[in-house]
Amino acid sequence: MIDSIYGAIALGLLYALMALGVYITFRILDFPDLTVDGSFATGGAIAAIMITHGYSPILATLAAFGGGLVAGACTGLLHTKGKVNGLLAGILMMIALYSINIRIMGRPNVSVVNTETLLSPIMKPIGLFILVMGIAVVIVKLLLDAFLHTDLGLALRATGDNARMIRSFGANTDRTKILGISLSNGLVAVSGALIAQQGGFADISMGVGMIVIGLASVIIGEAIFGARSVFIATLAVVLGSIVYRIVVALALRVELFKSSDLKLVTALIVIIALVVPYVNRLLKQKSVARRRSAELLATVSLKKGGKS
Amino acid sequence: MLDLVNVSKLFNPGTPDEKIALMNANLRFKTGDFVTVIGSNGAGKSTLMNIISGVMKPDIGEVRIEGKAIQHVPEYERSRWIGRVFQDPMAGTAPRMTIEENLTMAYKRGKTRGFGWGATSAKRQLFREHLSRLGIGLENRMNAKVGLLSGGERQALSLLMATFTKPAILLLDEHTAALDPARAELITRLTDEIVREMKLTTLMVTHNMEQAIRLGNRLIMMDKGRIILDIPEEKKTNLTVAQLLGEFEQISGNKLSDDRVILG
Ligand SMILES: Nc1ncnc2c1ncn2[C@@H]1O[C@H](COP(=O)(O)OP(=O)(O)OP(=O)(O)O)[C@@H](O)[C@H]1O
Ligand SMILES: [Mg+2]
Repeated sequence: MIDSIYGAIALGLLYALMALGVYITFRILDFPDLTVDGSFATGGAIAAIMITHGYSPILATLAAFGGGLVAGACTGLLHTKGKVNGLLAGILMMIALYSINIRIMGRPNVSVVNTETLLSPIMKPIGLFILVMGIAVVIVKLLLDAFLHTDLGLALRATGDNARMIRSFGANTDRTKILGISLSNGLVAVSGALIAQQGGFADISMGVGMIVIGLASVIIGEAIFGARSVFIATLAVVLGSIVYRIVVALALRVELFKSSDLKLVTALIVIIALVVPYVNRLLKQKSVARRRSAELLATVSLKKGGKS
Repeated sequence: MLDLVNVSKLFNPGTPDEKIALMNANLRFKTGDFVTVIGSNGAGKSTLMNIISGVMKPDIGEVRIEGKAIQHVPEYERSRWIGRVFQDPMAGTAPRMTIEENLTMAYKRGKTRGFGWGATSAKRQLFREHLSRLGIGLENRMNAKVGLLSGGERQALSLLMATFTKPAILLLDEHTAALDPARAELITRLTDEIVREMKLTTLMVTHNMEQAIRLGNRLIMMDKGRIILDIPEEKKTNLTVAQLLGEFEQISGNKLSDDRVILG
């Protein structure tokens, strides 16, 4: 039980980078980017194939980052310059990446078992793994926070918040969108590269459903920890990713669920997290409207009463 | 310094829905001009602003800034010269970002944005000074999200953001129209103060006739895509609202129809 919780925390940290990527597109740019499913596997594929060819794991992981950047930039270009609908642009890239990923690996999966990877020095004990990965993820998070407070980072955030406004102040919003989507997929690909090295293989289908898991992490994090500032929001995403993995680990311990139900459970989490705030808002509006109407009615009848 | 030469703009050209938004507009503005623009609904006032700011391109004609034709320069590059405040108080600011962050972005109007730190303490000090001059207490709320501000506060902030970097041209498109009278009066007063103090070349669309006469040194009246009246400073000082409406009827043959018109 405790072991499976530790395992969940470790996995949560590895997937946290992917969740941060999804946060950039989904929350900052307000752009639901489905490229993620493809670029996650791209990251795994690049890292695995380079490691098996004897490149250093660090270089392989950096190359995965680069691959993700390129994939994201393609989606961004399709959407901004090609005027392709955002969802469709992501789907197109996701499909294209499926073939590209097989090309990269030369076959549907590549094993890196028994090979020295970036993670092998810290694989055991799990406490060490959590500590080192935890520090690494926090560093990435802090770098992202800092970037989002630079002039360029502010323009990126404003692009998702009020594109018209930031254009009127001279930002090329096409460029900031491409930048954001690119950076997002870079992080996603690094996450894929780490998962491949941790699991010992890259697989063509390793990215399936990744976008939903990313969304689940972002939404769970927000629900529990809030999003008052960028610092808190990104922290919430990292913690959300860990909480998600713990929830999944616990859910799988319940006899009711099979491991194939995982995606269904994830979808349900996202649906609940998306629908509940909406219903809440609706109810609140209704009650406010009712109160205001009652108030107005009261003042009207009061005036009438005064006259007679 | 800002010239429009034979500028025309149609919407839905060649269809039954064809609308003439601007017809052969010729206008020259001198540095420091403060021009008020009035006209009926659909006269083409917003189109005029949009063509100057680069939101739209003219079908034919040229827009020149300091003699240089810029009608093909994209909107985001024109921001180097142009500051704008929109009618919608929601449009000019980023609601999920703080007052300080919004000002930081405005501070970089028209400049390249890189990895430099956004809100440095030197900039914050500058912002605080500018905010306190608005006199509505925003200087104490620099870390508040702009979405929490009232429409009037947001519009005051938008005005500050558009002007404190001293743009060569300031475009105001009915920027008080969405506010209640007291707030509108505040923004109008601030506008007048800022424009005079910084000597900004300004185009201000308004539906308030009295205001159009009182403010600025030149008044332009538009109807159906045409500039039908261009009143210089000398004549404007003694103009009355009644005279203005009379002129309009005489030239256009209709009564001025503006659903938001305020006679003053
Ligand atoms: N995007 C558009 N598509 C089609 N027609 C448009 C568009 N924008 C403006 N028009 C038309 O162009 C004409 C000029 O519009 P414009 O918005 O410039 O008028 P305006 O003077 O700003 O009016 P108002 O006082 O209502 O703001 C109108 O007939 C309008 O219907
Ligand atoms: Mg208008």
